[in-house]
Amino acid sequence: MTPDLVGGLESPDYASHDRAAHEPYTPVFTGDVKRELDELLTRYPTKMATLLPALWLVQRERGWVSEEGIAEVAGLLDLTPAYVKGVVTFYTMYHQHPVGKYFIQVCTTSPCGICGAEDVVKAFVRHTNTGELGLTSPDGRFTVIEVECLGACGFATPVMINEEFIESMTPDKVPELLARLP
Amino acid sequence: MGYPHHPHPRETTVLSKHFGEADARTLGGWKKRGGYKALEKALGMQPADIVNVVKESGLRGRGGAGFPTGLKWSFMKPGDGKPHYLCCNADESEPGTFKDRELMRWTPHALVEGCAIGAYAIGAETAYVSIRGEFSESLHSMEQAVKEAYAAGILGKNAMGSGKRIDVHVHKGAGAYICGEETALMESLEGRRGNPRIKPPFPAVSGVFGMPTTINNVETLVAAAPILLNGADWYKKMSLSNPKSTGTKLFSVCGNVQRPGTYEVVMGFPFKEFLYDLCGGPLHGRKFKAVIPGGASVPIQTMEEAEATLMDYEGFVAGGSMLGSGGVIVIDDAQSMVTVIARIARFFAHESCGQCTQCREGTAWTTKILERIRDGEGTVEDLDTLLDIGEQMTGKTICVLSDSCAVPVVSGIKKFRGEFEALIQGRRFHPVTAAVA
Repeated sequence: MTPDLVGGLESPDYASHDRAAHEPYTPVFTGDVKRELDELLTRYPTKMATLLPALWLVQRERGWVSEEGIAEVAGLLDLTPAYVKGVVTFYTMYHQHPVGKYFIQVCTTSPCGICGAEDVVKAFVRHTNTGELGLTSPDGRFTVIEVECLGACGFATPVMINEEFIESMTPDKVPELLARLP
Repeated sequence: MGYPHHPHPRETTVLSKHFGEADARTLGGWKKRGGYKALEKALGMQPADIVNVVKESGLRGRGGAGFPTGLKWSFMKPGDGKPHYLCCNADESEPGTFKDRELMRWTPHALVEGCAIGAYAIGAETAYVSIRGEFSESLHSMEQAVKEAYAAGILGKNAMGSGKRIDVHVHKGAGAYICGEETALMESLEGRRGNPRIKPPFPAVSGVFGMPTTINNVETLVAAAPILLNGADWYKKMSLSNPKSTGTKLFSVCGNVQRPGTYEVVMGFPFKEFLYDLCGGPLHGRKFKAVIPGGASVPIQTMEEAEATLMDYEGFVAGGSMLGSGGVIVIDDAQSMVTVIARIARFFAHESCGQCTQCREGTAWTTKILERIRDGEGTVEDLDTLLDIGEQMTGKTICVLSDSCAVPVVSGIKKFRGEFEALIQGRRFHPVTAAVA
């Protein structure tokens, strides 16, 4: 991204990703989050249509979508947990297990592949100490995965860190980028 | 406008004029640039007249299929007593394509305006903009723009004081290429797995929520506003070649090229000049070897084919490929075509929804065989097997994802067979395998 041209974009709050997966489950949809869901329900003619946005809310609040989260959403939208799980497992962006505080997705599809994306992936794996794609670093900070086409092919290699989109990544810029993450 | 580079003098910037201007993202900035005048004009017209202007302009779908937009809109029958819906397909995931991303992140109000015009024209009160989940910046821009438009009374129950209700909602996808297929997109909107539907019924009869629906690409809807403002003739005249291809087209260029970016040219622009002049030609010391001109699912062009092509719907077909989404992937002589094609196949294998056997198994088999050839483990029979699988994957499934995987593989083997054979033969000369043989 070109920072001098971009106005009003702030880094999202990553604090929610810190919450441990082992805590006893407390409902997501209370207070403001429930009100967000209620507002979403007015946008669609069926309850079921709010399923994708509702799952996004669960992931935003908890960092991933657990079985309990699935059951809670199912109850609110009059769906079965099995149905909701079927949807969760179809879409790649819902995490079905806890991930690192920083979830790093590196595009390696052909257009980026011919511009050196493989080396960017290797640099991320090396410098985050995750050891392997898909695993989380021992300090819980990083998970690195390869992702299919991020739709920014002219800015090879694009990388997503949580909700933040970074363009034109090269292996030598990786350590500096990681160092600036709080 | 060549974004992120300076506009090239040979571009014709209608849709991309304000890329890179932070101020254009805001309602105030957009109005200063003439924003929402087209919507105001539209709301003063009869919906049927809007459809006629768009029909007359020759505008065709910019998502890939190139279906005439005005004709598509005319399928929506007014006064049938059912709610109508407009869906904007902003699930841009075709490898090589990133034009809609630029439209949404730089000129989100252009899309809000386009959606409102489209919705009014087809008798819909609600438009959903389905944006892929990875587009965090576009999602942010669009959500802001929609919020501003509601606050200013442009959207809502009395849109621009017209007495008409127009709602626009942003729907965030969750990571599935297949949701760019129009029926899968509707499934996703309804809260289901993104499995494409069998057609018929077509969306204009039974679309999202079982109601008459029109699905348009981002660029198509954005183009509707300048057409209404300037007239069908103005748009129709922007054509250097075939009268069936009119207006300007955004081409997103990536791969091994000096100036990757999003360019806007008039239909029929010579592809050779586009690649060597506008995009700056090959990287230092390299030569272009092949081009995939319309996103990963169109046939690969040799340079000989590409250099003789005129950039419009008919021209790319004559040049052995398709215009597709306008995602131009340039491949130079430092790349192995086998590696490139194997990676494309892997993409489709990953993105297959798994409903149809030909696609679910075919994309996976194709990937395995191609990766085996890439790694020097291929056999002579592999190429015929790939072509056979490709044939079985074409025209036999619910949607065209299966065909899309076969197309680059089959065209790649036909046009660059030597590269495949060299890798396969390399194995034969390997001392260990030679001994076994």
